[in-house]
Amino acid sequence: MSTPPAVAGRAAERFWANPATRALAALALVVLLGCCFNAQGAFFKLGTHRDALRQASVFGLLACGMSLVIIGGGIDLAVGSVLALVAVSFSLMSIHWGWAPIVAVPLCLGIGTACGAVAGGLTAGFRIQPFIATLAMMVFARGMAKTISSGMKVSTAVKNADGAYHYVDVPGVFRLIDSRVLGGNLAVVTLIFLVCAALAWIALARHRWGRQLYAIGGNEEAARLSGVPVNLTKILAYAASGLLAAVAGMCQAAQEQQGDPETGAGYELTAIAIVVIGGTTLTGGRGGIGLTLLGTLTIGYLEKILSINAVPEASRLMLTGVIIVVAVLTQRRQRA
Amino acid sequence: MASKPEPAADRPPLVRMTGIGKRFGPVQVLQDVSLEIRAGEVLILAGENGAGKSTLIKILGGVHTEYEGTIELLGRPIRPGSPLEANALGIAVIYQELSLVPSMTVADNIFLGRPITHAGFVRDGVQVAQSRALLEQLGIEIDVRSRAEDLPIAQRQLTEIAKALAQDAKVIVMDEPTSSLNAPEVEKLFGLIQGLKRRGCGIVYITHKMEEIERIGDRVSVLRDGRHVGTAPAAELPPARLVEWMVGREMEEQFPRHNSHRGEPRLRLEGFSVAAPGNRTRLAVDGVSLRVCAGEILGVGGLQGSGASDLFAGLFGAYGRATSGQALLNGQPLTISTPRRAISQGVAYLTNDRKATGLVLPLSIVANATLGDLPRLSPRGWRRPGAELEAAQRHAKTLALRAASLDLEVGALSGGNQQKVALAKWLQVKPQLMLLDEPTRGIDVGAKREIYELLNALTTEGIAIMLITSELPELLALSDRIVVLHRGRVTAEFTRQQATAERVLAAAMGEEVRLTA
Repeated sequence: MSTPPAVAGRAAERFWANPATRALAALALVVLLGCCFNAQGAFFKLGTHRDALRQASVFGLLACGMSLVIIGGGIDLAVGSVLALVAVSFSLMSIHWGWAPIVAVPLCLGIGTACGAVAGGLTAGFRIQPFIATLAMMVFARGMAKTISSGMKVSTAVKNADGAYHYVDVPGVFRLIDSRVLGGNLAVVTLIFLVCAALAWIALARHRWGRQLYAIGGNEEAARLSGVPVNLTKILAYAASGLLAAVAGMCQAAQEQQGDPETGAGYELTAIAIVVIGGTTLTGGRGGIGLTLLGTLTIGYLEKILSINAVPEASRLMLTGVIIVVAVLTQRRQRA
Repeated sequence: MASKPEPAADRPPLVRMTGIGKRFGPVQVLQDVSLEIRAGEVLILAGENGAGKSTLIKILGGVHTEYEGTIELLGRPIRPGSPLEANALGIAVIYQELSLVPSMTVADNIFLGRPITHAGFVRDGVQVAQSRALLEQLGIEIDVRSRAEDLPIAQRQLTEIAKALAQDAKVIVMDEPTSSLNAPEVEKLFGLIQGLKRRGCGIVYITHKMEEIERIGDRVSVLRDGRHVGTAPAAELPPARLVEWMVGREMEEQFPRHNSHRGEPRLRLEGFSVAAPGNRTRLAVDGVSLRVCAGEILGVGGLQGSGASDLFAGLFGAYGRATSGQALLNGQPLTISTPRRAISQGVAYLTNDRKATGLVLPLSIVANATLGDLPRLSPRGWRRPGAELEAAQRHAKTLALRAASLDLEVGALSGGNQQKVALAKWLQVKPQLMLLDEPTRGIDVGAKREIYELLNALTTEGIAIMLITSELPELLALSDRIVVLHRGRVTAEFTRQQATAERVLAAAMGEEVRLTA
């Protein structure tokens, strides 16, 4: 990358062989699409971009955790359910029980981390395939969310002992998370997402743990025989994914001003799509948080462009499916 | 086909490849290569790794369809467009990487791609009967109903060969077919080859092993850097000349002179046993007692299933705590639990399969070279890329690693350079004892010699080395002493002077030989 190769064709080849280039190209394509179908100039308004970023943030948080697990050679199907479980827990604690954020936030983070660690422990310790272990956690966490909420949305309408409802104020921590900073130009959830992405990037790119995770994803047996603590490293990856799902769950609760036990269904698939569009390979050992950031923007903008053009939900889903395939096809590594 | 045998040279060639050229992007991998495959002969295709042998046979086998030049089969021009088409023309290629479907039975694998069917349904009984007949005819004892994944690698290799022969091919290409066979199986294969020659088949045989070339080769064609260096009858091509053709320079001696640097005792095993992985009731290593001194190379001889590799894996903790008996390193008991623990005590283990268990192919050279030593290179958890790069550069220099950049993925390197990266990883952990299992497997002559020299250099630093190699001349030349294992037990121990190929082989086959006190 640093020295210019002699042959121009070779330079172009190497340029396109870089997954970051291709992820950027996919993003550029989507932005170009937005410029063409700009919905009478709506795409050029600052507010549109702000919203696109805000709406992509929850998915981006899940995708960061998903990247860690996928790079380690696994998959985490539980993130959508963990998000719902934490959204419900956070709402119960903050709205119904009136607990201070200093108690509620760490507890919620703990719940998410524990869910991830258990799923990780099942795959690492008991050799259950990641798909199965996290599928089980996905079902379990969803059931847990429904149990503690009695299957009802946990909102500011609180049921009294006599069966009537009274309304309480939206807790301050909810309003804080749902607010904006920098003169209303940056949503706090986006800020939270960016901070979490930066932390995940640092851990993956600069900490020993990250390098060991790549090694496990690339060749688990070789990593083990090189002295990598395989089980611990994997469990930490799943725990981190659970932790980020918990952060996403609290953001989701704050934005919806309630804890919906049905929320986040299918989010794990969006998160996987983001990771894959970014160029992190599902086989493990390759990829990174930077790529996932690009993938988040690509999917986020795509959703936004479709919505400002009032494309109906049904067509939107079909179109998203097609675009995922196209993006992945263009990213496929050329075989030597 | 069934014609009477006559002198091979008088017959028209079975296959004539003329002016074959092939480029991958900007890289010219083959240039103007011409060769003939005659009926009833074994043509050895020799050359260093990357010389273009595999590409050439992939063109013949219909894998690469874009190439320059022409191919004639019995004087008729052909252009195989797919492996299936090549098969139909009577060309069967047995590739190095096995192409069996693991979850299917041996019989299903033999008829893979051309199943015997009736109205679209596979006639399982007929396939089983025919495969059984075929294997019997070949003298191979394998249950045709067992799944490929349940077979040991040697039997899988034999199945692969049977699969090619089942197609009644006129031209059979074998790419290092003996790489995972033991001595009796190799004999069986050579017997098969003699039979095929009598039937008028032309055989192309790729190998790195000198004794195989001498044993079965009729003619030898040598490729170097994608060009045809020459073809000569095997009898007229002495090993020194062949190596010269392959490397393009004269190599005065195959093995560099080795000086012993024996110091104080490093490793001592007393009644050391290792349970077989997957079957805890069987002992893969059974009561082995031996010692290795600092600066000494202890060769561990033995045929397949001798337990030599299990001894290394067991010592390293790769099988967990499934060991018993006493192991002392520098007089202190060696704690055997995990590879990590072994590394921290100064033990390194180069596995015999660098791609499957040695290297992380998608990661860079730097990442692989420092993977074993990360705890020390990142003391507080945070990595120091500068220190890692420096370490990798240092080893790249000592090992003469040839790579455009140390950020290259290891998967993109040649076999010899990959092995150097694997070695770099173990040099980086500053070991006291190195367990090297097949350090020169599947690498070219030049890289082999560099590794021999490295081993010598390591002994001068006082590192104790235990070495497994399936190439007997290598074992004899490199080892200061040799212990031979048979079914997990030591059957012989030789000094360098006492060891001969015959004695080592006899001990490996189970004869008790005691020469040293």
